[in-house]
Amino acid sequence: MTDTMHLEIVSPERLLKDAQVAMVVVPGMDGDFAAMPQHAPMMSTIRPGVIEIYEQESGTAERLFVKGGLAQISPEGLTILAEETLSLDGVNAEELAQNISNMQEDIQDAKDDIARAGFEKELAWMTALQEVIAA
Amino acid sequence: MASLKDLKNRITSVKSTQKITKAMQMVAASKLRRAQEAAEAARPYAERMENVLTGLGIAVKDSPGASPLLAGTGKDDVHLVIVATSERGLCGGFNANIVKAARAHIATLIADGKTVKILCIGKKGVAILRRQYADNIIEQVDLSAVKRLAFSDAQPIANNVLAMFERGEFDVASLFYAKFQSVLVQIPTNQQLVPAPMPDVSEEDAGDKLGGAIYEYEPDEEAILEDLLPRNVAVQIYRGLLENAASEQGSRMTAMDSATRNAGEMIDGLTITYNRTRQANITKELIEIISGAEALK
Repeated sequence: MTDTMHLEIVSPERLLKDAQVAMVVVPGMDGDFAAMPQHAPMMSTIRPGVIEIYEQESGTAERLFVKGGLAQISPEGLTILAEETLSLDGVNAEELAQNISNMQEDIQDAKDDIARAGFEKELAWMTALQEVIAA
Repeated sequence: MASLKDLKNRITSVKSTQKITKAMQMVAASKLRRAQEAAEAARPYAERMENVLTGLGIAVKDSPGASPLLAGTGKDDVHLVIVATSERGLCGGFNANIVKAARAHIATLIADGKTVKILCIGKKGVAILRRQYADNIIEQVDLSAVKRLAFSDAQPIANNVLAMFERGEFDVASLFYAKFQSVLVQIPTNQQLVPAPMPDVSEEDAGDKLGGAIYEYEPDEEAILEDLLPRNVAVQIYRGLLENAASEQGSRMTAMDSATRNAGEMIDGLTITYNRTRQANITKELIEIISGAEALK
């Protein structure tokens, strides 16, 4: 049995990561799941949250915040089509709180349902990011 | 015949024009390299997306609950034509070629009695299309402030298009841009965005796109497609814009290269005329002196 698998994280702009890893924890739409080598093929949408990448089975994880996307586990490995990723180091908690309250006002002022849905999507990843930072 | 001074002035002015075109060519060459790199970097995402979409789409397409972004609205009355052009001129036939292709498409649609709405990206396209289809242009997007094209530039355009689709303002959307093939060749391309085009393959072949494995879906196929299709529109627009950026620089490079060469030829021609005129003047003066001296004998 192989103890590593191939991981690719791609954003619309470029290939973000291309590596052999032991385990990846992905925030799936129906709950987090850990992808390990020899995982059965599956596909899942990703909710805003943190991807944890373990290069060795025991050890520290590399953490990457994604705003959404799609994870595809195929026999070849794990491919993540990420909508947008953020590094957790560069986040300013105060600024984020400010953005969240701005967004909440925008939702109340939204002219129609379509605009509101757009704002709500933005708010969803912002609050998810806030939770991650607070934890 | 022009005087020596006039000729000299013309040579200087052509020389300074040549310096400008030469500089523009070199700038375009370096920008082209960056644009090409960006286009290549975006390729893996688009490819993976396409594989997943085809794999899922073919199976779901004919089911009744399929998203209108995939199956269409069932109508074919209102067409949205997105024309992506450049923000700057002096790039040879680049804009003219895209607009020509778009115009032919628009003309057929109108002849078929369809309603056409035009969304222009870049001001060069607006300038040409306004003459003929001023009433059809519903919006124009200005990207002149954008130095380096990012996905976040394409996203608002896509959101706008999707919002229009949800409000039922069009049935079919297509994007016109120039596909970059080489520095010399850029192909004006018509890419259908909505409904998402599906290649004509059997369900089995489509399954191969996903590696032939049987997948588990979370939450389920429809929900994944629902999430993927709007994003696909943004990705396609982004990809089109990237190709366009590379094509624009390629086209400008070629145009400026031939402009520089033309200027060189012109300088050569003018220099010959200048030298001949100068020689003629000297000869004329000599004849005058000699014949004057001869007359005094």
